Amino acid sequence: MAAFGSFALLIALALAGYNLLAGILALRLIATGQQARISPERLADTARRAGIASFIAVTAAAFALIWSVFTNDFSITYIMEHSNRALPGPYKFSALWSGQEGSLLLWAWLLAAYGFVLRLTHKTDVKLYAYAGTILAGIQVFFLLILNIAAPPFAIMRGAIPDDGNGLNPLLQYPEMVIHPPMLYLGYVGFSVPFCFALGALMMRYPGEKWIRVTRIWTMVTWLFLTCGIFLGMHWAYAVLGWGGYWGWDPVENASFMPWLTGTAFLHSVMMQEKKGMMKSWNVWLIFSTFLLTLLGTLLTRAGLVSSVHAFAQSSIGTWFVVFMGIVLAVCIFTYVLQRSHLKSEHHLESLVSRESSFLFNNLVLLTACFVILWGTLFPILSEYVVGNKVTMGAPWYNAVAIPIGIFLLFLTGVGPLLPWRATSFKSIRRNFVLPVIAFWATVIVCLATGVRPWKDGALNQGNFYALVAFSVSAAVMTAILSEFLRGAGVIARQTGRNLFASTWLLTRRNTRRYGGYIIHIGVVIVVVGLAGSAFNRSEERELALHDKLPIGPYTLECVGFTQDSNLNFNSEYALLDVYKDGKKQFQMTPEKRVYLASEQPQTMVAIHSVPSWDLYVVYEGTNPDTGQPIIKAFLNPLVGWIWAGLVILVWGTLIALVPNLSPATASVRVPARTAPTQPSLKGGSL
Amino acid sequence: MRPPRITSPWMKTVQAAILAVAVCFSLGATDASSRLNDMSHRLMCQCGCAQLLGECGHVGCPSREPELAELKAAIADGKSDQQIKDIFVAKYGAVVLAAPTTQGFDLVAWIAPFAVFGAAMLGTILLVRRWTVGRTQAAVGPDPASMDPGELARREKIRRETDAGNDGGF
Repeated sequence: MAAFGSFALLIALALAGYNLLAGILALRLIATGQQARISPERLADTARRAGIASFIAVTAAAFALIWSVFTNDFSITYIMEHSNRALPGPYKFSALWSGQEGSLLLWAWLLAAYGFVLRLTHKTDVKLYAYAGTILAGIQVFFLLILNIAAPPFAIMRGAIPDDGNGLNPLLQYPEMVIHPPMLYLGYVGFSVPFCFALGALMMRYPGEKWIRVTRIWTMVTWLFLTCGIFLGMHWAYAVLGWGGYWGWDPVENASFMPWLTGTAFLHSVMMQEKKGMMKSWNVWLIFSTFLLTLLGTLLTRAGLVSSVHAFAQSSIGTWFVVFMGIVLAVCIFTYVLQRSHLKSEHHLESLVSRESSFLFNNLVLLTACFVILWGTLFPILSEYVVGNKVTMGAPWYNAVAIPIGIFLLFLTGVGPLLPWRATSFKSIRRNFVLPVIAFWATVIVCLATGVRPWKDGALNQGNFYALVAFSVSAAVMTAILSEFLRGAGVIARQTGRNLFASTWLLTRRNTRRYGGYIIHIGVVIVVVGLAGSAFNRSEERELALHDKLPIGPYTLECVGFTQDSNLNFNSEYALLDVYKDGKKQFQMTPEKRVYLASEQPQTMVAIHSVPSWDLYVVYEGTNPDTGQPIIKAFLNPLVGWIWAGLVILVWGTLIALVPNLSPATASVRVPARTAPTQPSLKGGSL
Repeated sequence: MRPPRITSPWMKTVQAAILAVAVCFSLGATDASSRLNDMSHRLMCQCGCAQLLGECGHVGCPSREPELAELKAAIADGKSDQQIKDIFVAKYGAVVLAAPTTQGFDLVAWIAPFAVFGAAMLGTILLVRRWTVGRTQAAVGPDPASMDPGELARREKIRRETDAGNDGGF
């Protein structure tokens, strides 16, 4: 199977290479109008078909690796290092992305899969898709070159073949690890597609904004995957790492967050281009930056430049990424300089207080947030280079710098939709902002009255202060969004006689993009409320003998036993804790500690009881070597469930925004009598 | 002379809100602070887990307990926060601090984000103002009175369609 996999990767490289070269040649012939022995259209089609075939070849290679994992083929180094016989079936799939070579193969496969869909749907706009497909082939060639030369997943073991493998990293033996990485990669890799469309449209001086509409859908789907991937990663960190948190500002987390921020900025600013013909250069560079950030993130974490808990993927392929990023950047700059006249704005902003400016400031804040995270990730390297002193950029730095920016962004989330396009008046501002301002101050008063004190011992309590501001701004934003819904639904209710709920649903279906966007904003607000709850986290740690008690918040944990279990994959010991509230037994929790046999690595399995107001989070930390007593650490984490609930709403809003409107808006367009009808053809354009 | 009475309901509402906030702030009950907890969240665990000392929860961590013991000892000795940080930096290096200091090159880490944000905001505001002024000057050109009535009607229609309060949406 190793030979089959290696051969499939070689074939895939050849096919992608042909797609790239034949595509470039065909598009060049079409752009210059030169004659050749073969028709450029036919040549381009052969390139497209080669791209489709490359997906089949990479799929065969991925299948070969998975087959090797399931058949315990430890003659392959990668399988020996990342699997073992006792590994449960679902986690054998995880082996595909648990190491450098496998994760690159997954990347190449997803890229080929995206390319497959793109090339199959080429009739949407044959020429634009031909450009995009060819550029995508270039990216495929890069990853396939790495897989064939620098990080081959089918490398054969030297010497005797062991009976069993080293096993999968225990951190990855958790159900979410079966879906988190593929989801994240779907998002990460998916940004290649909008990049290809943007670059292709710029190369061919694509007339009109149709490419923006095509790209927007791809970007939204990709953004959705990336969002889900990031949140699943947060939940995994929360449930597995046992430190009571979900976001540690680890370089790998940051690497996934940066393209998310620029992608979000693009999804907002793209509306300016569609509606007003503005920010064309900005949008193109946002997409270029997003793609480059996915490469930079990969470089940072895989080249060992920064230390990370995701160190499993470190290797020496950094040089490859540096060279590729250089090529990509050079191509982007060259194309932009050559074609920048095509990107002139048709309009400019008319007022500093308008929806257009709110989009502009929203983009500014998102990009600043991206810069802050990049700065925080790279500063240790910079500091070491400049003064020879490596520093840590931990949570205190990010909390001090990123949270104010995040709250300002949340503020804009509420303000933006309340501002009309073009310009506004003081009267309009007063009318739209009364309710949100009341909601803001009411929340401030309620929070202060209920004990959220921004001051402690005469000094500012940063966590509480940010929580207070976050709650209050969230209330204002939520009020603003709901009032937008109610205003529209009220009109429909009066016109149709439907009840308010049915009117709201109809309103949403009539303009899915706008109201889907608002639902996404509601999701974001709920996530922010959940994040702000972390300011009030509490924890208690204690050695617990039998029938000892550990009080935390309204709960009391009583130890009623400790027991052990074992299977072929791991040995485990866990505590049985009865949880009491108001003197009554509510439920039992069983925090666990495992030791995996193949890797001999220990791992905690946290017990979590989640209710809307908080999570009771209990960790079995092992036994005190001096006393032999088990150590239990309990956390009471307020509002964590809101984060996951916010994600569900966010996903729902995105799906609604992707659905076409119930009644498409109609517009009369005057078409010149002699305009030739648009043909699905490769003719015309320039490069 | 008596000061003029504030009769606007808006001003009264604002005054009431400010008063309520001030009262709530002044209630200011303070919790007993835990220096150990605070300091353990300003230092990093040195086992390589890249987590704060107060949050490192990985099983069998070889660094957490010794570091926490040193921290407890330093607090018991009555050392100030800065002295504790100096002791830890001397032993483990600057990487033990969870955030850079505000001295020397480290200060750049704190200033750069806000400087970039401020510069970008200022640049954007100036750019928008320039566009706005440019548009106003350009708009002075044709006199509406001398324009064709059909053209005026068309412009009014476009204005109505694009400036209908909050109808723009996404």
